[in-house]
Order: sequence, then C-alpha cells, then structure tokens
Amino acid sequence: MKANPEDVFTGVYYIDGDVACAYGAIAAGCKFLAGYPITPSTEAAEAFVRRAPEVGALFIQMEDELGSIAAVLGAAWAGKKAMTITSGPGFSLMMENIGLGAALEIPFVIINIQRGGPSTGVPTRTGQADIMQSRWGSHGDYEVIALSPDSPQESFEFMIKAFNLAERYRCPVMLMSDECVGHMTEKVVIPPASEIEIEPRRFYKGPKEDYIPYKRESDLVSPIVKAGDGYNLYIIGLTHDERGYPISDEEALKKDLDKISTNRYLVDKIRKNRDDIIEVVEDQIDGAEVVVVSYGITSRVALKAIEQARSDGIKVGSLRLITVWPFPEKRIEEIAARVKGFVVPEINYGQVAFEVDRCSHGEANVILVPHGGASVHDPKDILGAIHRVASEKKRYENVIEYTTGLEMSVFGKRLAEIARK
Amino acid sequence: MKENQKGVLEGKYKLSGNQACAEGAISAGCRFLGYHPITPSFEIVERYAQRCGDVDGVLIQMEDEISVLAAVLGASWTGRKAITVTSGPGLSLMLEHVGLGVMLETPCVIVDVQRGGPSEGLPNSPGSGDVMQARWGSHGDYELIALSPNSPQDMFDLTIEAFNFSEKYRTPVLIMADEAVGHMTDEVVISPPELVERKYYRGPKEKYLPYKWDKDLIPPMVDIGQGYKFHVTGLTHDERGYPVMDEYCQEWNVHRLIDKIRLYSDEIVRIEEEETEDADVVVVSYGISSQDAQNAVKRAREDGIKAGSLRLVTIWPFPEKQVTELARKVKTLIVAEMNYGQIFYEVERCSRGSANTVLISRQPSQVHHHEDILEAIKKV
Amino acid sequence: MEASKTLTIEKEQRHPMDELLRMDRIPHIWCPGCGIGAAVSAFAAALEKLEFDLDKVCVVSGIGCTGRVAGYIKLDSFHTTHGRAIPFATGIKLGNPDLKVVVFSGDGDLVSIGGNHFIHAARRNIDMVVICVNNFIYAMTGGQVAPTTPIPAYTTTSPFGNFEPPSNIPRLAEAAGAVYVARWTALHLRRLTESIVEAFQRPGFSVVEVISPCSMYYSRINKLGEGIDMLRFYHDNAIIRHGEPTENLDIDYQKQIIIGRFVDRERPTFMDSYRKWLSGAESISKEKVDEKN
Repeated sequence: MKANPEDVFTGVYYIDGDVACAYGAIAAGCKFLAGYPITPSTEAAEAFVRRAPEVGALFIQMEDELGSIAAVLGAAWAGKKAMTITSGPGFSLMMENIGLGAALEIPFVIINIQRGGPSTGVPTRTGQADIMQSRWGSHGDYEVIALSPDSPQESFEFMIKAFNLAERYRCPVMLMSDECVGHMTEKVVIPPASEIEIEPRRFYKGPKEDYIPYKRESDLVSPIVKAGDGYNLYIIGLTHDERGYPISDEEALKKDLDKISTNRYLVDKIRKNRDDIIEVVEDQIDGAEVVVVSYGITSRVALKAIEQARSDGIKVGSLRLITVWPFPEKRIEEIAARVKGFVVPEINYGQVAFEVDRCSHGEANVILVPHGGASVHDPKDILGAIHRVASEKKRYENVIEYTTGLEMSVFGKRLAEIARK
Repeated sequence: MKENQKGVLEGKYKLSGNQACAEGAISAGCRFLGYHPITPSFEIVERYAQRCGDVDGVLIQMEDEISVLAAVLGASWTGRKAITVTSGPGLSLMLEHVGLGVMLETPCVIVDVQRGGPSEGLPNSPGSGDVMQARWGSHGDYELIALSPNSPQDMFDLTIEAFNFSEKYRTPVLIMADEAVGHMTDEVVISPPELVERKYYRGPKEKYLPYKWDKDLIPPMVDIGQGYKFHVTGLTHDERGYPVMDEYCQEWNVHRLIDKIRLYSDEIVRIEEEETEDADVVVVSYGISSQDAQNAVKRAREDGIKAGSLRLVTIWPFPEKQVTELARKVKTLIVAEMNYGQIFYEVERCSRGSANTVLISRQPSQVHHHEDILEAIKKV
Repeated sequence: MEASKTLTIEKEQRHPMDELLRMDRIPHIWCPGCGIGAAVSAFAAALEKLEFDLDKVCVVSGIGCTGRVAGYIKLDSFHTTHGRAIPFATGIKLGNPDLKVVVFSGDGDLVSIGGNHFIHAARRNIDMVVICVNNFIYAMTGGQVAPTTPIPAYTTTSPFGNFEPPSNIPRLAEAAGAVYVARWTALHLRRLTESIVEAFQRPGFSVVEVISPCSMYYSRINKLGEGIDMLRFYHDNAIIRHGEPTENLDIDYQKQIIIGRFVDRERPTFMDSYRKWLSGAESISKEKVDEKN
C-alpha cells in the first residue's frame, strides 16, 4: 500500500542522516519512538519529537535504553509501528530485550548510529564495529535483518525498507548507520507519498476462535494481532509452541522438540527468504580481478581508491552491502571462484571480512583494511590493499590485516613487530 | 593482593559441575562473587555462600546483572580476584560492562551456565546458544577469551585456567558452561593449582602511567588505595588514562587491545584431539556435546570408520590454525553443537574449502545422543 | 636577586587545590557558567578539612557532564558506564572496606538510568558519599529532558515544554534508606563544603544534591540567562530549611528552592550487617570421597 501523505514530508531538504532517519521512519508510518539520549543519535530523536504531534506519533524518553526497547516491544503489541534509536553502549544494553523481540516475533526497528568503541569509546566520532553484534548480540539462536546506509538519502529510504522488512518477517530490523552518515548534511529528496510503498502489518483475519498465534503461512511467518482486540494474548519469552504456550521440561526432552517449539522458525524464516531480503549494489564484477566489499560510509571512501586502482590498470569490481544481514553468502561464493581476492575495508578490526573469508571457501584471498574508528579510511590504504591482492601469488591461510598508514604513524612500525613475537 | 590459602580444599570430592566451579574459583584465590539469581547457575552461588566464611570471601547479590558486573569490575580494582555467574539472559544484560572490562583492562571471570534460548528459553535445559554472543556480544572491537568445560572436573580446572588467563592478559574471561555440565555430578580432584597473578607496577609513584604497556602489550596494574591516584575511563584513552578523542588514540588503544589476545592466541588456544592423525571424518564439538561426540567417534572406530574428534576447550580465540591444518588432512568435518549453527561458521571459514563441513544442530535443551553423531559420521 | 624573584612567583601561582586536581588536564571541558566546578571546589575543600589519607579515597563517576569529574580529581578515579557508578563503587567498597568511596555524578546518571541502583544502595546503606549535581537536563548529549526537568521547561526532547512531573531526589533518597540527605546549590559553597564533610562523617549512604546552573542548555533554551543569572536566582529564591519534610522539596520551575540538611539518622551499614552475618555462618561439612576408590 502507499504511504499516508500526512506522514510524508515531500520536498527537497538539506539535512543530516539522523534527521533523515526520523523523517524516513515517520514516512514509513512509525507512530512510536521510545528512546534515550546517546551521542551521536540524539538529533534523530529530537527531529522525531518535533514532528510527532503533526503526524499523531508518540515520543517518550525513557529512563534508559532497557526501558526504551521494552516500551518499543509493548507499543508494537499495541499495534503501532515502533522503533528506538541508539548507539553502541545503548545497543549493548538492549540485547536481552532484542532477544525477547526476536523470540516473540515482534516487528520493530532499531537505529544504531555507530560510534567508536569499545565501551564509552569515542562518542562523537564514527565506527562500524557493531556489525557482528547486530547479528549475534543476544543469547540463543535467532536471525535479524540489518541494513547499512551510506548517506542521508539512503538513511531516509532504508528506514522505509526497514519497517517494511520488519512487518513482512516479524523480526528485529536494525539500521546500522554510523556517526559520519548520521552527522553528514546532504541533499535529501523526499518523494510524494504515492511513490512510497509501505508494507502493512499482516494482521490475522480469520475467526477469533481459530486463532493460533504462531501458525505459519507459506513464507514461515505468522499473521499477528494486537492487544485490545479480544484475542487474550499470552505473550511469554520462554520457548513456546504454536499456541504461544511455554514448553514444559518433559516436552523439552522429547525428540520432536524441534517440531513443537517455534525456535526453528526464528532462524528459518529469514534463511528461507534470504533471496528476497538480500540486497547488494554491484559494479564491474564481471571480469574483475579484485573485488572490494564494503558498506556504509566506507563504501564512499573506497570509491576513490577503486577509481585510482582502475586507472592503474587493475580490474576492480565493487560489492556494496545494502543488507549486511542476512549476508550474501551465495554471491560471495560465486565471485570468490572467479577473482584473485577481496579487499574489505571497514571501520573495525575485522567483522564482515571474516564473513567474506568464510564464504570464499579458500578460493580467494581476503585482505582486511582495518580502522579503529574516530575517522574514515585513507583511500591510499584501500588502494594499497587492492594492489597487493592483485599482485599476490600465494594463497592466504587466513584473513590478512593490511598495515595502514595510521598504524605506522601511531606505532612507528607494525604493532606485531613491537610485540614480543 | 595475595590469594588466601586459608580454607582452600584439597582431595577428592563428589561435586556437581556448578559446585566444582565454585571450588575452582576459591582455589584460584577468588574472594569476590557478585551475582543475580538465575537458573541454572545458582548452585555456584550456593556453594560459594557456604564456603565464603571459611575463605574470607565476599558475596553480594546485586539488583540486576548490569550492576553485578559493575560491582565485579570495581572489586577487581581493589586487588581481589572477582567472579560472577549467570546464564543467557543475564549475559545479555552484562554486555555493556564486558566492554568496560575490556577497555579498562580489568581481570575478571564470567561464568555463563547456558540454557535453552533465545529469550527466557528453557531455563532448566542445556544449550550452546551463547557462544557467538561471547565473542561479539558487546559493541565495538575487542577480543576475549572463552573456555568450554565438559565435566565437573573441567569446571574446576577451567575456572582456575580462566582466572589465570584473566590475570595474565588483564581481560574479562568467559566460561561457557551449560546446564547439563553444571548439574552433572562426578568425582573432582582438588589439588593446589599453579596460579598466575596480575602484573603489578613496582616503579616510582610519580612515574606511573596506567596504560603504558610492555612488549607483551599488557600494562602493569595497581590496586586502588596504594597511593597511585590513577584515573581510568571507558573513553578511548592515552597512556595516562586520560580521554583523547581522535583516530590516533583510537588506533593506539584499540589495536593493542585486539592484538593483546590475537597475537598470543597460540599460547591461549587449548584443544583436545583424539585419533585425528589418520581420520577421514572429524567431529568438532565443545561443552556437553563433546562427551557424546567422543563416544560416537569411539563407536565409529569400532565399526571400522576412520573417525576422530576435535574438542574445543578454548572456543575463543578460535583455534584457526589447527582447524585449517586438520581440514587439509580429512575429508569431512562434522560440527555437533546445541544450536542452529554458531561455531559451525568459524569451522567452515577455517576449513577454507579443503574439507566438507556438515552441521548437526540440536535444538537447545537436547544434548546430542551419540547415536545421532554416529549416524552422521556413517552417512559421510 | 633574579633567582629569588622567580621562586616567589612560582610559589604564588600554586593554588591550594592544585594537589587535588589533575593539573595536566586543566583547562577542563565544562562550559562557562556551569556549576560543576563549584561542586568540585567544595569537594576539594571538604577533603582538606577532613584530613583523610587521600590514598584511600576514590571517586567513581558515570557518564555526563558531572561524570567527567572523575577525570579531573587527583585520586584513584573511575569514569565508568552510564548509570552504573554506584554498583561499581559498591564493588570497590566491598572489595576493600578500608577505602572511602565517593560517587560524583549527575541527576540523569544517578536517578534516571541509575535509579534502580540508587534505590538499592540506599536500601542496603552501603557506606559511600553520593554527590549528585542536578542541572535539570541531559547536558552532555545536547540538552534533552531529564527526570528532574521541571514542568514546563523546554529541552530538545520536550520542545513543546516538559509535562512529566520531576523526581524529588531527597525524597527518593530518604524513602530508599539514605542516612544523610542534604541539598545545596552551586552558590552555597561554604555550606555545601560543610555538608560534604558531614556526609563523609556519617557511616552509610549519604546523598548531597547540588543544584547547578547549566548555562549552555537549560538556562539558554529557557531564556533564563547565563550561569551568573542562575546563581542570582538561587540567591533570591533558595530558602534554607533544615529538617524540612522531604515531600515538600519538589522543585517547581523558577520557584522557591528549599535547601538544607533534611535527613540525618543512623542505620546499620551494609558492612556492619554483613560482618555479623559472616561470623555466624557455618562452615561447610566436608564430603570427602574415600581416597582408596
């Protein structure tokens, strides 16, 4: 269905990524934001709260991030499209409830404007080190969807995508932005509502007495209801069966536990539909010798290196991840068979690089161009890595960490050489 | 602070895994346990509660898991070895402070007695659903050490090992136990252990720099109250411990925190290999599943199949080199774990296409029966 | 002649508080007109009066403007996570009961995200001094509403005016079990210093609230002037009423602020009760397995 024109602030703007996220969420029909101030995401909440009255949305600043995510889950059960906005430390605090949301198959969106970490880190500067955390942060098995915008324009568009995916798959969807994109001010074009597709919540339409909360449709997702409609919802985080009732200890010992409990579907519903979810942007992959895999702000920095490398005569392709999770395993596997290697620049010490390595099955070399955070890469380092992969004769046994100019200027030589080794 | 030998046991005892863990902590010199009650870790606390009078230990129940790990970090800075015990939902709450522990470089041990997940899951059943969370749960870049016991004796030994690692590398160390190992009872031999203490700074007070590291990438530590008047912060900091907000300091800080473990992974990694020299098929496992895996391998050998077993004692850092080498020698690696695929991904990555990788996953709560593993071996 | 002149100048340039501050980090990051510096001065003056062994005093802060205090005080100091300074300090106190532990943090850190821990530490009566600088706003992150923001003040997340009733920190502290509760403002330095001295002298959980201007956000957004204007406001509108029942201590927007010493009582501290419990605890019975088996 099309977006509600009242929610869409059609026009051409000059705004930052944080504000674009807020406008995108509102355009997607988000009517509830529970948040807690954390640099560098506060501007998004502030932008939301300023526009909330005109679109009938509710904002509440909770006492902390745990309260925020709990409120989001509750609001979703009340029928609202709900989200929260945070950064690294807040994301860490939300993990228990993200697991609850995943287990109960609640549609919700979390925006993580990543900053330098770990711990309190560098609050006012960028990082991309929460990517693995978005996949594995909570305990137990579940799958999530994570998107990575590279600009305020994409921040706007991906929020709509995020809410649509959350509604379609009833799972947590994370917008893994970063401080650079969040605080970067650029032109954002907000189209008319008629050009924006919104996924409505898949409400159950059958007779009340026949309602089984976790009975699945062919795509392994169950229709949902909302509190207050008379379904006598029993919502509990314990491992449960189709009816939502917790599984007893005796049942847990039975062999067909997999069939009784819903746990299997928490992962399968994403794994089965991955081809519909995964989105990447490819450039000159055919015939490439080296492929640069990147996401978020780093993909823009990498462009410069790729251009230079191409004019140096290297056939460089680029794969930009729109969806980081689920990871495009098949595509990487296909490409790995045909190229010398991958260069993965990311603002961390190796997260997506390991996934690229895994999906290469030893067929391609992988060089990670790391960066601690607090700024973006120097394209020269990415260029150097591309050259190295292109000219490499031997097959690596593991992901190789490129020695960046930053490492050299800080330590004087490679850290590994200074250490006792 | 010297560890207190008073009240430490010696001899053979019939203990559950959880009780053995508490005794391991006591033998390691741990004199501070903070906790928040959560099934199925509680017996560790009960044992420690009974014993802390004998050993002058401190026990505190905090209002939630967040404050528990904060208190443990604080206590560690007074020179006490400190431990906390929890399960999946609790570990999820502790993640921010795991990051703080990494950044402040505070030695401490966190025991996760895993249960069925996700969310509240199955509190009284075992699971292995937190192993990836152990590595990636907190935000930002960091490495840490995680061990996986598979018996009460292991719970005792690996708890001591965990303290040794945490003191040596000045990092939080996780023990990824599970409900089955925690509640299983067996004979445990308690003997005086080899202990590693944290590296203390012994130089002049005015020259003390909290984060000036030695060649092993580990800075010497001090205790609160000794007059060093040091400052530490979770913000990215320089040698003096003062916050500096730029990419140079970030590189200086974070790269070393990562390499502190990565460059020394050879010294940390522990595995148990059985009959892998001529194997065609190797079963990779950890935790309670490893017992069944090892049995299945024995049975397979009896049936004439060249099977071997690789048990991960340290899950993190992952034994990358060992798995890569093994993959070159065998045809198939079977990963048996009590989740829908977690360590499987690391095994797949490190096998680098040299061997097939097959996952036998079990829904949390259901320990693999060795027949299932045997069947999988035979199929291959 | 020249040599002795230089010596005299050097001597005059040392401030009595220099011993207690990390002079290598001055100038600090706080804004002109902020009251946190005043709270730190009062704290330093209190420590001088108390003549403690400064080696044994440690400071724990959380996150926020006041959270930066730990970074400027030359004692063993910890800048920890948001809201968790109190449990971190609890760990320190239990780890080494001989240490004097001070938690120095802001209203958002201590009473919002840290509210749960504040309540429990007070309930247990852990022996620590909590200095809570209350500027009615989340300043470090850019001026968002706080649980202490009065109605109907403007902040960046209450752009139409705050409508949530604010927390009354002394009342919360008293209800939770604190043994000493006082409130002063950044203007009343002398009395604040005395209160901090008293807070240290009382065994148990002591809370000193310091009402402080925030010239960059709270007073600017609400057009209340600068720091000095807020101090003038405190001068004209703060009334000292020792022993006032804490339920009367709500702070309304730009109205009278009641300050003073409100709670001063005795309760067994956590360590007292703990030691009693521990000495009564029974030893474990040995379950030695027959060694021959």
